[in-house]
Amino acid sequence: MILLEEVWRTFQVGEAEVGALKGISLAIRRGDHVALVGPSGSGKSTLLHILGCLDRPTRGRYLFEERDTGSLSELERSALRQSRIGFVFQFFHLLSRLTAAGNVELPMMFAGVAPEERRTRAQEALRSVGLAHRAKHRPDQLSGGERQRVAIARAVVMGPSLLLADEPTGNLDRASSREVMELLERMNADGLTLVVVTHDPDIARRARRVIRLSDGTMEEEAP
Amino acid sequence: MRFLDLARFVAGALTGHRLRSALSALGVAIGVAAVVLLTSLGEGTRQYIVSQFSQFGTSLIGISPGKVKTFGVPGVFGGTTHQLTLYDADSLEHLPGIQKVVPVVFGQARVEAGGLGRDVYIYGVTHDASAAWKFPVAEGSFLPEMDPDRRASLCVLGPKLAREIFQGTSPLGKRVRIGGAGFLVVGVMEPKGQFVGFDLDDSAYIPVASAMDLFNLTELNEIDVLAASTGAIPGVVEEVRSVLTARHRGNDDFTITTQTEMLDVFGRVMDIITAAVSAIAGISLLVGAIGILTIMWISVNERTAEIGLLRALGLTRQGVERLFLLESALLAGAGGLLGLLCGLGLGAILTAALPGLPFKTSAGAAVAAVAMSLLVGLASGWFPARRASGLDPVEALRAE
Repeated sequence: MILLEEVWRTFQVGEAEVGALKGISLAIRRGDHVALVGPSGSGKSTLLHILGCLDRPTRGRYLFEERDTGSLSELERSALRQSRIGFVFQFFHLLSRLTAAGNVELPMMFAGVAPEERRTRAQEALRSVGLAHRAKHRPDQLSGGERQRVAIARAVVMGPSLLLADEPTGNLDRASSREVMELLERMNADGLTLVVVTHDPDIARRARRVIRLSDGTMEEEAP
Repeated sequence: MRFLDLARFVAGALTGHRLRSALSALGVAIGVAAVVLLTSLGEGTRQYIVSQFSQFGTSLIGISPGKVKTFGVPGVFGGTTHQLTLYDADSLEHLPGIQKVVPVVFGQARVEAGGLGRDVYIYGVTHDASAAWKFPVAEGSFLPEMDPDRRASLCVLGPKLAREIFQGTSPLGKRVRIGGAGFLVVGVMEPKGQFVGFDLDDSAYIPVASAMDLFNLTELNEIDVLAASTGAIPGVVEEVRSVLTARHRGNDDFTITTQTEMLDVFGRVMDIITAAVSAIAGISLLVGAIGILTIMWISVNERTAEIGLLRALGLTRQGVERLFLLESALLAGAGGLLGLLCGLGLGAILTAALPGLPFKTSAGAAVAAVAMSLLVGLASGWFPARRASGLDPVEALRAE
C-alpha cells in the first residue's frame, strides 16, 4: 500500500543543505501497524509528513495505493488527505470554538457532505470512540484523553485507509494513553493501516513493526 | 465546500473574537457612515438648487442689459451700452419658438393701506408674467392683458404682503398706495416661498409702464422670454441675439441666461463639491480598510496552527484563501451595513433637528456604499489571505 524508494528530504538552512531523510526505502502493507521511533531530529516527523502528503520528497519515489504521489497536483494531494489519510497530533489540534461534533464534521464539511449526513456520521464516529454523550461539549470541557479521542474520530470519519499519528500519547497520562492506544489498535484490527511516531518504548512495543530512524537513515528492529 | 458552510465557519471564527471583530467593523462603519452622510448632503443640496431654479420652469430665458463677459479694449472707443427698452421686448414678441415675453422692472417701495405700511419689492410686469414664471393667482386675477406701454393703477399682492397689510381680510377691490400713488388690488398670488433668499410672497406686481414711472426708469431691468419647449431654447437664443444685436446697432451688449445653462453650471459645481467631500469621507473608509487589514494579518498569524490543521484535513490552498477573504469581506460588509444604518439614522436625526437641512440619500448611493465596503473587505483581506494560503502546512502545524 505504501512504497518508498530511496526517499531523500533535504532542507535549506542558511547556506547549508541539511538532510532530514537520506535514502529511505520502505514498504508498508495494508492493515499493518508500524511504529516510527528515534531521537528527536532523526527525521521521523518528516517521514510522517511525507507519508501524509503534507510534504514532498526532494528525491525518490513515494507510491501511495499504487499511485506515484510525485506526479500529483496540489489539488489531488489535498483530495488524498481529505479522503484516504487521517491525522492525529500530539496537541490534538481541535478548534476550540467548535463542539466535539463540530470538530469531527470539519473534514466532511470541506468535502461538501450535506449537513444532515454530516451530523449522523459525526455522531456515529463519536460513538465509535465512546464519546457520543460528549458531542455538544467544547474541547476545553473535555479531558486530554477525550480530546484525543475526538481527534481520532475526526481522523477516521472520512473512512481513510491510512492513519498517521504523531506522538498521539505524548500529552496524555498513562490511563488515557492506554485508552487511546487501545482505540487505535481496535481500528487497526478493523483493517486501518496505522503508523505511529513515538518516543515511548511501551507504545512502540505494541506495534507489529518498529522502524528506528537515526540521522535520516532507518533500520528495522526485530519485533 | 458549500458556501453556506463556509459562511457559517467564517462567522464562527469572527464571533470567536467578538470585541475585536466589532471594533474593526466599526472602523469601516464610520467610513461608510461618513460617505453616506456627506453624499446625502451633497445630493440634497443639488436637489434643492434644481428645485429652486426649476420652479420657474426650465424653458425660461433671461435677458439683462450689459455684458457679463468682458473682453476687448474698454473705454477708449466709447462704446455706448444700450439699455433694454419696451421696444426691445416688443420686437421679440413674434419670433418663432417664443411663447411669452415679459418685460421686467423692479425696485423697492412702500406699500400702504389703512395706516399699515410695508417696504417690499415691486415688480413691474405684464399679464404674461403669471404664466411665464408659473406663479398662480389665489384670489381675483393677475394684471389684465394690455399694451406694455400703458399705465394702469392696478396691482396684485403677494400673499404675505396681503396678510400683513389687510390683517386677514380680503384685499380684493381695496386700494393701496405704492410709493405714494394709488392702486386698486385685483388679485392675490398663491404662496411661492423663497427663491435663494428673496421672499417672493412679500412683494407686489404692477403694470410695467407704471413701475417705470414709479422708479423713474426709462429702461427695463430684464426681459424674460419663455421658449415653447426646452428643445427650442438654442434656436430662441440665436433669434433673440440677432434681433437685439441688430436693434443695438451691431452691439452684442446684453446677456442671455438660460435656466438649463444655470442648472448645468450649478450641476458641475455640485459635482466637484460632492466629489471632494466624498474623497474626504473615502479617507476614513481607507483608515477602516487598514484596520481590517491589520486584524486579518494578526488573525492569520494567530491561527497558523489552525491553518495547518485545515490543510491536513484536506482543505486546499485555494480553500484557505477563500476562507480568509470571506472573513474580511464579511467583517467589512457588516461594518458597511452598520455604517449605512448609522448614516441614515444620523441623517434622520439631523433633518428632524434642522428641518431646513437639504438631506437626500439616493438608493444608488446606499447600495454603492455597502458594495464599496465589501470591496474594501476583499481588497484588505487579499494580502492576509494570500499569506494564509501560502503557509507550508508542515510549518503551520508546528506552531502552537
